[in-house]
Amino acid sequence: MILQTLAFYLFAAILLVSAVVVISARNPVHSVLCLILAFFNAAALFVLIGAEFLAMILVIVYVGAVAVLFLFVVMMLDIDLAEMRQGFLNYLPIGALVGLVLFVELVIVAGLWQYEPAMATGLGQPVPPLDVRSNTAAIGDVLYTRYALLFQAAGIILLIAMIGAIVLTLRHRHIKRQRIGEQVRRRPEDVIRLHDARRGEGV
Amino acid sequence: MAVGLEHYLALAAVLFTLGILGIFLNRKNVIIILMSVELMLLAVNINLVAFSAELGDLVGQVFAMFVLTVAAAEAAIGLAILVVFFRNRSSIAVEDISTMKG
Repeated sequence: MILQTLAFYLFAAILLVSAVVVISARNPVHSVLCLILAFFNAAALFVLIGAEFLAMILVIVYVGAVAVLFLFVVMMLDIDLAEMRQGFLNYLPIGALVGLVLFVELVIVAGLWQYEPAMATGLGQPVPPLDVRSNTAAIGDVLYTRYALLFQAAGIILLIAMIGAIVLTLRHRHIKRQRIGEQVRRRPEDVIRLHDARRGEGV
Repeated sequence: MAVGLEHYLALAAVLFTLGILGIFLNRKNVIIILMSVELMLLAVNINLVAFSAELGDLVGQVFAMFVLTVAAAEAAIGLAILVVFFRNRSSIAVEDISTMKG
């Protein structure tokens, strides 16, 4: 139990520190790398709380795809790092104010809520014991039956996102193609001009 | 002291606030704003999973997966728009994205 507590505080501390670095790093590449670290620690927290499947999905989807996408875009765009920092502190007061208000509200909500009495009996899908069904299999049981339509909808969302990203970034460069009709129609008198080039003057 | 639901809720609250702060601070760099949005979605996911584990209800984890899907789609579209914008304006500052103001 003490080991679990220590692990929680370790992972939570690294998660928060890397989140601070994400929003305050001078170099966007450092931000992306710290984002990856934050996702890894969140995945560790998920393992700690017993959601192994989500932890692995987090590592695969976020670290493997989203963070690498961020890294790719950061390195592809040729941005001026010095200009990036201008006005960083201009918005600090309003940002800190909004953040503080939001945080106080969250603390109030987290401190004052309580369960409805019916909550304990009205579970949507009780988690089966681990020796009966693993976390992954249990999620599959629910996801492919009760939430099959939502699962399909999620797939459609990803498909639309993929098509949208391709359409947005596709560039039609000037590609040279052979047009046989134009080639046949070409006449020497249309394309050849004769010049009298005098010596020392050129055309 | 055992780790309970409150610990996870507090962690998610701090993480969400950091995400908000990141949006306010980085007005010159839309990429960091997108990363801050990812941080906020991660905080939401932590909340969902913490409640799911506390209540013994699987639906929270399933919902967290859907949130993850939307987050991935949002990142892809957002970065694509960003790349197109950078091609046109050679800048990714928030102040420069004002063409639609008229």
